[in-house]
Amino acid sequence: MAAAAETSLSITEAGGELRVGIAGPLTVQSVARLDREFRQAAKASPRQVVIDAVEVSALDSAGAWVLRRTSEAFTRRGIEVRLDGLPEEFSALLEKAFVPDPDLAIDENRPNPLILIAARAGKAMFDMVHVGRDLFGFFGLTIVSLLALLTGRARLRFVALVSQLEYVGLNAVGIVALLCFLVGVVLAYMGSLQLERFGAAILTVNLVGVSVLREIGVLLTAIIVAGRSGSAFTAQIGTMKVNQEVDALETLGLSPVDVLVIPRLIALFIALPILVFIGDIAGLAGGAMIAVLKLDLTIQQFLTQLKGAVDFWDFGTGMLKAPVFAYVIAVVGCHQGLKVSGSAESVGFRTTKAVVESIFIVIVLDALFAIFFAEVGI
Amino acid sequence: MVAMADETFTSDAADSPAIRLRGIRNAFGTQVVHDNLDLDVRRGEVLGVVGGSGTGKSVLLRTIIGLQVPAAGEIELLGERIDTGHGEMPTRKLQGRFGMMFQDGALFSSLTVAQNIMAPMRERGGIPKQLMRELALLKINMVGLPPNAADKFPSQLSGGMRKRASLARALALDPQVVFLDEPTAGLDPIGASNFDQLIRDLQSSLRLTVVMVTHDLDSLVAICDRIAVLLDRQVTVGTMQELVANPHPWIQEYFHGPRARAAFEAPGLAR
Repeated sequence: MAAAAETSLSITEAGGELRVGIAGPLTVQSVARLDREFRQAAKASPRQVVIDAVEVSALDSAGAWVLRRTSEAFTRRGIEVRLDGLPEEFSALLEKAFVPDPDLAIDENRPNPLILIAARAGKAMFDMVHVGRDLFGFFGLTIVSLLALLTGRARLRFVALVSQLEYVGLNAVGIVALLCFLVGVVLAYMGSLQLERFGAAILTVNLVGVSVLREIGVLLTAIIVAGRSGSAFTAQIGTMKVNQEVDALETLGLSPVDVLVIPRLIALFIALPILVFIGDIAGLAGGAMIAVLKLDLTIQQFLTQLKGAVDFWDFGTGMLKAPVFAYVIAVVGCHQGLKVSGSAESVGFRTTKAVVESIFIVIVLDALFAIFFAEVGI
Repeated sequence: MVAMADETFTSDAADSPAIRLRGIRNAFGTQVVHDNLDLDVRRGEVLGVVGGSGTGKSVLLRTIIGLQVPAAGEIELLGERIDTGHGEMPTRKLQGRFGMMFQDGALFSSLTVAQNIMAPMRERGGIPKQLMRELALLKINMVGLPPNAADKFPSQLSGGMRKRASLARALALDPQVVFLDEPTAGLDPIGASNFDQLIRDLQSSLRLTVVMVTHDLDSLVAICDRIAVLLDRQVTVGTMQELVANPHPWIQEYFHGPRARAAFEAPGLAR
C-alpha cells in the first residue's frame, strides 16, 4: 500500500558531524525495513549529529519511537543532536513515543533449558505433594458434610441428586454396556485362541468369568465414568467458579460443598455400582457370544461352566471396589473444579488434571485391593 | 490537520470517508436489526455510537470490520470495498489498517500482554524481534500501563488494565481506524475519564479515526466529535448540539434525562 512512497535513509559523516537524512514516510513498514540501519548509525561517535527530517512525509508511533531512540542513543553519550525540520504536526507524537526503560525489560537472557526442565520437574514434585495434601483435606471436608447430612444438620438437595443420577448413571449405561461387551468379546476370543492349543478351550469361560467380574468390569467402568463424569464435574463447577457463581453461593450463605459437591458425590456413589453390575453382565454376555459362536457351546453349557468357575467373592470383590472408586472420582473431579481460578483456560487445564488424577488413583487403589483380597483370601 | 496522515495512501482514498455504509440490512431470523442503513464516518473524527439495548450497536461494529456479513448493502472501509458475499475475510486485505478493542478485552489468555501486542506484528511479518519488543513496550507506555505489565498474563490484570492492554493491541500496527466497544464500561469514573482523555490524546497524536460504542454520556460529551444514534433500524448522525435539538422522542429522552444533564453541566467537560 505504501509502495508509491519509498523511504530512504542517508547517513553521511563529514568533519565530525553525522548527518542522518530521512525522506519519505517513517511508518511501521519502513521502520521495520530500516531498523538495522538506524541501529548501526546510532553506534557511531561523532562530535555532533544532525537528523534531517524535512522530507519526512508521514510519521506513526513506530517511526517516532525509532527517531527518539536514535537521538537518545547519542544524547546519552553526551553527543549533541539536532533534529532539523520535522514538520510541526509530528512533534506531539514524538513527545509521546517514549519507553521508560527499553532494554531492561527484554527477556533475552533465559536460563539454560536443561536447568529449566529440572526446575519444572522439581516444581511438579512439590505440586504433587501439595495436591495430595489438598485432596486429603477436601476428602475430609466431604466426610464432614456427609456426616452433617446423616445427622440431619444439613439438607439433601434431592432435585440436584436426581438430575445428577440421570446424568452420571442413566446416560452412561449405553457406553458402559457397549464397551464392556466388546472387551468381553476380545478377551474370550484372544483367550480361546491361546487355550485351544492346550485343548482347554472350555477354560475360556473361566478366564472371562473371573477377569470380568474381578477386574475388568469395575476398572473399565470406573475409567469411563472418570472420563465422562469426573471431567464433567470439574468443567461444570469450574465454569461456575469462573462466572463467580460459586462466590454468589457463598454470599447467600450456602456452602459450595453442600450444594455442588455432595449431590454429585452421592449420585456417583449410587450410580457406579449399578453401572459396574451392568458392565459385568455385558462383559459376560460378550464372552458368551464368543463361546457360542466359536467354541460351539450352548448358552446352557456356558452358564454351567461359569457357575463352576466363579464364586460369590469374584463378583463381590468387584462390587466392593465400585463405591470406593466412585468416591475417588467424584472427590477428585469436584476438587479440581473448585480449584479453577481466573480464566477459561484454567477450566480445560483442571479438567485434564481431574481425569488423569482420578484414573491414576483408581488404578493404584485397584492394585492395593488386589493385594488386600489375596491376603484375606477371597 | 487530518490531510497529512492520508498522504501515504492512494489519493482517491484521501478524500473519501474513512467508512462508508450504504443500504446495510442485518437480520437475525425474523428480527431485523438494521434496514437500509447509511453511515459515513469522516477521517480523523471520533464518532460515538449510541442506542437502546438490542438496537444493534455491536452488530454495526462487527458489520464494518467484516465479522458479520450483512444481508444486503455495501461497506467501504478506508476506500476498500469490503466484500459482503462470503469471500475472503476483509481483515486480510486491510491487515494492520484498523484495530478493534472488544468489550471484555478479548486478550489471548495464553500470551503475556507484550506477546498480545506483538501478535499482530508477528502476523504482519518483517519486523525485527527487538524492534517488536520495543514497540510493544512503547504501546504499553502510551496506553498508560506500567512497564512491568508487559510480562504479565491477562488473568493477572484488573479489568481497567485489561482494557488498556486491549487498546494497546488494537494500536499495535498504528492503524488509521480504531473501533472501541464500550471502552469505559465497568471502569470507575476516574478510570473512565482517564481513558477518555487517553483516547482523545492518542486520536490527536496518531490522527486516528475512532468509532466507539458507548453508553457513557460523559465520554460522549468529552471526546466525541459526532454522535450516531441507532433508531428504528437506521442511524441518525449529528453533533451533540444538533442531536439535542432533534425532536425524536428517544433522542429527547436520551439527551435530556437527568444523567445527560449532569454530564453537560460537569465543569471542564463541556466543549
